[in-house]
Amino acid sequence: MAGIYLHIPFCKQACNYCNFHFSTSLRLKAEMIDALGKEIALQRHYLEGQTIETIYFGGGTPSLLSATELMQLWEKLENYFPQQDLKEITLEANPDDLSPAYLRALKNTPVNRLSIGIQSFHDKDLRYMNRAHNAAEADYAVKAAQDTGLDNISIDLIYGTPTMTDKEWLENIAAAVTLQVYHISSYALTVEPRTALAHAIAKGSSREPDNSQTAAQFEQLVERLGAAGYEHYEISNFALPGKYAVHNTNYWKGRHYLGLGPSAHSFNTGSRQWNIANNTTYLKSILTEGKVPFEKEVLTPEDQFNEYLMTSLRTMWGADLDHIASVFGADARTRLLAESETFTDKGWMQIEEGKMILTTAGKLFADRIASDLFR
Amino acid sequence: MKNIRNFCIIAHIDHGKSTLADRLLEHTKTISEREMQAQVLDDMDLEREKGITIKSHAIQIDHVHKGEKYTLNLIDTPGHVDFSYEVSRALAACEGALLLVDASQGIQAQTISNLYLAIDNDLEIIPVINKIDMEGAMIPEVTDQIVDLIGCKPEDIILASGKSGIGIDDILEAIIERIPSPKGDEQAPLQALIFDSVFNSFRGIIVYYRVINGTIKKNDKVKFVHTGKEYGADEVGILKLALTPKNEVKAGDVGYIITGIKNAKEVKVGDTLTLVSNPTQEAVKGFEDVKPMVFAGIFPVNTDEFEELRDCMEKLQLNDASLTFEPETSQALGFGFRCGFLGMLHMEIIQERLEREFNQTVITTVPNVSFHAYTTREKDVRIIVNNPSEMPDPSRIDRIEEPFIRAQIITLPDYIGNIMTLCLGKRGLLINQNYLTATRVELIFEMPLAEIVFDFYDKLKSSTRGYASFDYQPLDYRESDITKMDILLNGDKVDALSALIHRSRAQDFGRKLCSKLKELLPRQQFMIAIQAALGAKIVARETISAMRKDVTAKCYGGDISRKRKLLEKQKEGKKRMRQIGNVEVPQEAFLAVLKLDD
Ligand SMILES: Nc1nc2c(ncn2[C@@H]2O[C@H](COP(=O)(O)OP(=O)(O)OP(=O)(O)O)[C@@H](O)[C@H]2O)c(=O)[nH]1
Ligand code: SF4
Ligand SMILES: [Mg+2]
Repeated sequence: MAGIYLHIPFCKQACNYCNFHFSTSLRLKAEMIDALGKEIALQRHYLEGQTIETIYFGGGTPSLLSATELMQLWEKLENYFPQQDLKEITLEANPDDLSPAYLRALKNTPVNRLSIGIQSFHDKDLRYMNRAHNAAEADYAVKAAQDTGLDNISIDLIYGTPTMTDKEWLENIAAAVTLQVYHISSYALTVEPRTALAHAIAKGSSREPDNSQTAAQFEQLVERLGAAGYEHYEISNFALPGKYAVHNTNYWKGRHYLGLGPSAHSFNTGSRQWNIANNTTYLKSILTEGKVPFEKEVLTPEDQFNEYLMTSLRTMWGADLDHIASVFGADARTRLLAESETFTDKGWMQIEEGKMILTTAGKLFADRIASDLFR
Repeated sequence: MKNIRNFCIIAHIDHGKSTLADRLLEHTKTISEREMQAQVLDDMDLEREKGITIKSHAIQIDHVHKGEKYTLNLIDTPGHVDFSYEVSRALAACEGALLLVDASQGIQAQTISNLYLAIDNDLEIIPVINKIDMEGAMIPEVTDQIVDLIGCKPEDIILASGKSGIGIDDILEAIIERIPSPKGDEQAPLQALIFDSVFNSFRGIIVYYRVINGTIKKNDKVKFVHTGKEYGADEVGILKLALTPKNEVKAGDVGYIITGIKNAKEVKVGDTLTLVSNPTQEAVKGFEDVKPMVFAGIFPVNTDEFEELRDCMEKLQLNDASLTFEPETSQALGFGFRCGFLGMLHMEIIQERLEREFNQTVITTVPNVSFHAYTTREKDVRIIVNNPSEMPDPSRIDRIEEPFIRAQIITLPDYIGNIMTLCLGKRGLLINQNYLTATRVELIFEMPLAEIVFDFYDKLKSSTRGYASFDYQPLDYRESDITKMDILLNGDKVDALSALIHRSRAQDFGRKLCSKLKELLPRQQFMIAIQAALGAKIVARETISAMRKDVTAKCYGGDISRKRKLLEKQKEGKKRMRQIGNVEVPQEAFLAVLKLDD
């Protein structure tokens, strides 16, 4: 079981909080499709012997690709990765791109899941974040997709935005529930270095997200979505029963994946690698030199332990102590159990049937817990 | 011996000593083209990064002049005030000094203080106006200044540029013609003055000396006069860019010796080296002990690394005789050392060297000067207070005295007003104002040392756009209204954050310190109250609200390694924190006092 990620490094405009790799100039789009096709061929052995279960078009903004362009990439994938048992083919999409015509065209591609960047159903938050769409488009995009028959939908929502009151946040959650989307990814607004948001906060023209308001909104989210029948299966992810995001879940379960396109990351037990985060350098390397421009990091057993702990503690399945003992040795389990006592005492963590699982209170401190338990 | 010349290069900071040394080494082919780099003698990482000389550095030059071979021992010295002890030891190994003056800057405060040090040591002074290639060079004016200062003839002054290599021949000629050769007797019993030493992890302890009389040979049995300890001379030699072994080093020369010394404490700079077989009857006059100007605690980050830290401090002391330390304990920080430094730069350098050369992570505490306290019970018994915790309880105190210094500031007349405002605001008294020339004025103040050690020099530079230089000497102790300020975190007193301060400053200082701590302490899961107190009276307060959430939202493919590294860093950072009561305090917070804004 493995997944393939394709990074489409273009956006119409830059959201103020975003630190992903993208360009707002679409000039090189055709070359990029060409290069991605070539990279697919170059990397055909990376997942040797494994069955591809998921494909994920992420970005940037993959919905800037026409259905024809998507099919171009699709054909290459089919060609070079013949061993497929595809369960999930996701396209990340921004609401303003999801016109009925585009949706109809998508319906004729293998894409069977949409991840829509809604973020908020309120115009003032969307303006604050410098999103390209407005609230009406957000609502309409989901309904239009559902009407077209693309009903396996995930939406993104952001909380902790300084422009948003608790009441408005509850309205956002209610709107999502009313739309009956299968899956919700919800993130706290995070100030990443070298973003427009960080700059605005530094010069005093924007307020910083408030830590305790963010925490309160997270608690509201967990409570409301739980009541509406969503499972809280990862810190930032909620799904109706059985509708987990297969591709993303594989990241947290340590499965292998191949990332294609500038800045995309790949993982193969023992090492991670990532392509250069620069469109022109990427294109030049692939198209003129026939080489994938990447850097690679070999993971030590400590790194692997740390990563396993960090990702598994974020999920409702928790960290599996037997797995830890068999991969990292019995001492690793003993030590982990001893060191986690302070967290079980605090009510942040429970140990059930050999699994270490964070409580809702613990989820609020997941980073701290993981880092304290690192090797 | 008549063909040996021992000289050092002295000047105000940045006047181009090390660059001029480069040219001398290049011109005499002491250093090959391949080995050459700018300020080649500044071979410590820290020196290269900061662009300043920290240690004196000796190197031997062979030079042919008028058909005769000469051996020149050059010592490049630092210019920063904090390292003047390095200069004074270098002078003891020399008969002459090149006194450089930057042609665009003229005479500055350390030009004068270093000149007097050289005169006290009876050195032949060769005045050099350096950097004459610069556009702002003021050769006639600087010539007048030098003539006035040392009473030489204008013709005695050499014009040079270490950058473009002007005047190098003249300098070499002057060294040979004007500086006397060393006087000494190669046949007399060995007397060698130890002026520096260093711990080298491969070779052990290396001792540097100047042979005054006699000869030291490989495999001799040698003795340190003061400690009485005896060792075998496993290797002796001279200092080229690298250590260069020789069979013997004779009177008049500068050299090194490697013996099997294991214990750093057995070597004392200023001691005399002699032969066991034919010992000298008298030790050479050593060096005066240096008086530390500031004191601060240095503690290992991990409490169980105290002994290791001691070992490292002893080894570092070999190479920095101006560092003093004695054990101290703190409730907050455990076992550590109270260290004496010559100034804030010195303190910073020591901390950095401990980290880089000895791999020690340490916590440094708020520095303070040394006070004198007298109790009502014994009014005449002086208690030396190098640490706020040593201050007797206020109810027992009769009086406290604080150290004063004499500050000498050289500047342009335009800035007199700004400097007056600055110094009077720092409790200074103007003693004298003296025009050196029409455009250069010297101001003399008497000021409390406590007011100048921290950020005075930065303030002076910014209020004069860099057109002021500054030097100071300790003067005396004067009675003063000093009080102890405590810092409390959630009600627990943190001894390592206490400070001794003049009462007129206390409230303001407490306010700033609390607000700085608020910035430096990470949020924790509970609220933290930060309070400043004079005795039982709270004079300032800040609170840090509780952290309710510590989790990043996304964790997808690409984020995993980035995030792992972030959390690993967080874990590392935590190791550098100390738990005080229930509050975790990071290393930087203990030095918050140095980062106070206005
Ligand atoms: N134009 C010009 N610049 C020079 C000359 N000599 C040195 N400099 C510059 O002046 C700065 C200080 O030079 P250094 O040789 O490090 O000065 P220093 O006296 O050894 O400094 P400290 O050891 O820290 O006191 C450097 O930036 C040099 O490049 C010169 O003759 N002409
Ligand atoms: S659309 Fe997505 S990738 Fe593009 S700037 Fe906005 S958040 Fe970033
Ligand atoms: Mg220098």
